[in-house]
Amino acid sequence: MATLEIRDLHVTVEADNATKEILKGVDLTVKQGETHAIMGPNGSGKSTLAYSLAGHPKYTITGGTVTLDGEDVLEMSVDERARAGLFLAMQYPVEVPGVSVSNFLRTSATAIRGEAPKLRTWVKEVKEAMQRLNMDPSFAERNVNEGFSGGEKKRHEILQLELLRPKMAILDETDSGLDVDALRIVSEGVNRVRETGEVGTLLITHYTRILRYIKPDHVHVFAAGRIVESGGPELADKLENEGYESYVKGGASA
Amino acid sequence: MAEAQNSPAGSTTAGSIAVAAESTVVSRMSAPPSFDVADFPVPHGREEEWRFTPLERLRGLHDGTATATGGVKVDVQAPAGVTVESVGRDDARLRRAGKPVDRVAAQAFSAFERASVVTVPKDTVLAEPIRIAVHGEGGTAFGHQVIELGAFAEAVVVIDHTGDAVLAANVDYLLGDGAKLTVVSVQDWDDKAVHVGQHNALIGRDASFKSVVVTFGGDVVRLHPRVAYAGPGGEAELFGLYFTDAGQHQEHRLLVTHNAPHCKSNVVYKGALQGDAAHAVWIGDVLIEAAAEGTDTYEMNRNLVLTDGARVDSVPNLEIETGEIAGAGHASATGRFDDEQLFYLMARGIRESDARRLVVRGFFAELVQQIGLADIQERLLSRIEEELEAAVA
Repeated sequence: MATLEIRDLHVTVEADNATKEILKGVDLTVKQGETHAIMGPNGSGKSTLAYSLAGHPKYTITGGTVTLDGEDVLEMSVDERARAGLFLAMQYPVEVPGVSVSNFLRTSATAIRGEAPKLRTWVKEVKEAMQRLNMDPSFAERNVNEGFSGGEKKRHEILQLELLRPKMAILDETDSGLDVDALRIVSEGVNRVRETGEVGTLLITHYTRILRYIKPDHVHVFAAGRIVESGGPELADKLENEGYESYVKGGASA
Repeated sequence: MAEAQNSPAGSTTAGSIAVAAESTVVSRMSAPPSFDVADFPVPHGREEEWRFTPLERLRGLHDGTATATGGVKVDVQAPAGVTVESVGRDDARLRRAGKPVDRVAAQAFSAFERASVVTVPKDTVLAEPIRIAVHGEGGTAFGHQVIELGAFAEAVVVIDHTGDAVLAANVDYLLGDGAKLTVVSVQDWDDKAVHVGQHNALIGRDASFKSVVVTFGGDVVRLHPRVAYAGPGGEAELFGLYFTDAGQHQEHRLLVTHNAPHCKSNVVYKGALQGDAAHAVWIGDVLIEAAAEGTDTYEMNRNLVLTDGARVDSVPNLEIETGEIAGAGHASATGRFDDEQLFYLMARGIRESDARRLVVRGFFAELVQQIGLADIQERLLSRIEEELEAAVA
């Protein structure tokens, strides 16, 4: 069973000619089939955790370990991490000029699966996945994220999640900027992947709203660069009612 | 109609659309067009038409110090029915398509000894392309090439420039009524080559001209493709593709003069740049004269900056002297392939070199597909791959 283990992770970022520590000792274990929600106020370091796990060059790991099934993730390049089974659905996916969605998806699936998917079954697979996400077929011919609305970008991220079938899916504020209909469609996509039981999900969010659609097994409160409280789904209810105030006060520089 | 977007540092995109009684396309040049080099002052670099060009790298083509040494071979292979002639300076056909508009073009016209005239007789439809190979062996040369199609003739011409040379040469295209000409000019020079030239197309009534200018190599390449119409109903498609590497200066300056009614023009130039001091310049001038009612024109320039240190100057300019037109517009945009795009693609398992290839292929593919010649398309795409490989290595 696939397991992502994060131990005492410390991460810094360079900003304004100064080194700032954002993650200050994160400990977390996510197993295949589990869904963990990480909730926290703005600036608490949630997205830094997501991008550090994916290997974004902006972040420097200064301490701790991350392993996926015992393999050292921090030693891997960004593409190696993806091929090892890590997937990051991004909050702000970038435009890639000149690359069509269909070409991008196929290139990516070929890289992740280790061989080019058979064309006929692939076309069908993509078409069906797009239908489930209420995406128009013409979407496939557009350039990646170019001119996409906020909702289209998120659907495109979840489309990739469905097609690439990672071991560990990190969803970075996938709910932000979505209206209720789009949130429901995107959540259904995530749930289809979860129901396979083959993915561990790390759901990073500021709001409790998405948890009405995607039920987490564990909820963690993130503040000032570390997990400050962990519990079951009931912890989300507490946050819904009380907000993050008590954590922020205790969290010093957050 | 104008758009300018995503301009990274190290690029300029200045667009303008002017409705004017008198054209600045003409008036901003430092001297009126002429066949005689003596009519042009030696440029000092601040003139409008020279301000982007590194004069010190033109090896004397601009100031009269370059002298012909030979060492540039021109080989013309033409299918049966085509006439290939070497003619003297006084042949009237050499002056029909248009006058030189800057000093180097005039220098080329003033200095060549023999010109080449390729003629496709009227009603002749060629099944095979005419191939012109220009190969430099380190020399300096001045040249003049005319390609003339009689009425309703159809031809494809492929001009290949390879090797090392300092070359100032103009090419004229004369299209008879109803003729169809596709020209692919590939500048695949070695690293040190300098190539400056003016391309004049004169398009007959209801004739179609398609030009594909492809620039990969050279130290400095500066081309000046120009189109004018000899009658109504003509169509021009001007496609360009350039891949500017570290230290290269590649400049394409276009002018479409709509001087006859009901003509069309469509300009699409796309370039990718990578490496320190890679510099691409694109000037797109379209002039719609008062007589050119019913004109339909669009011009577009797109640049993809792959690395830091490259620079693009893109200047579309549209001047309209009549409101009675079908359509006119232009667009210029310079975008960059940056670390965030690379991260995004790699986060989907795609290796870095594959990610770059994906982006550049995609960027050019749409344009390459419009060329309509399968073997040329294939060759260009594989040549683009080579450019990428060389840069990664």
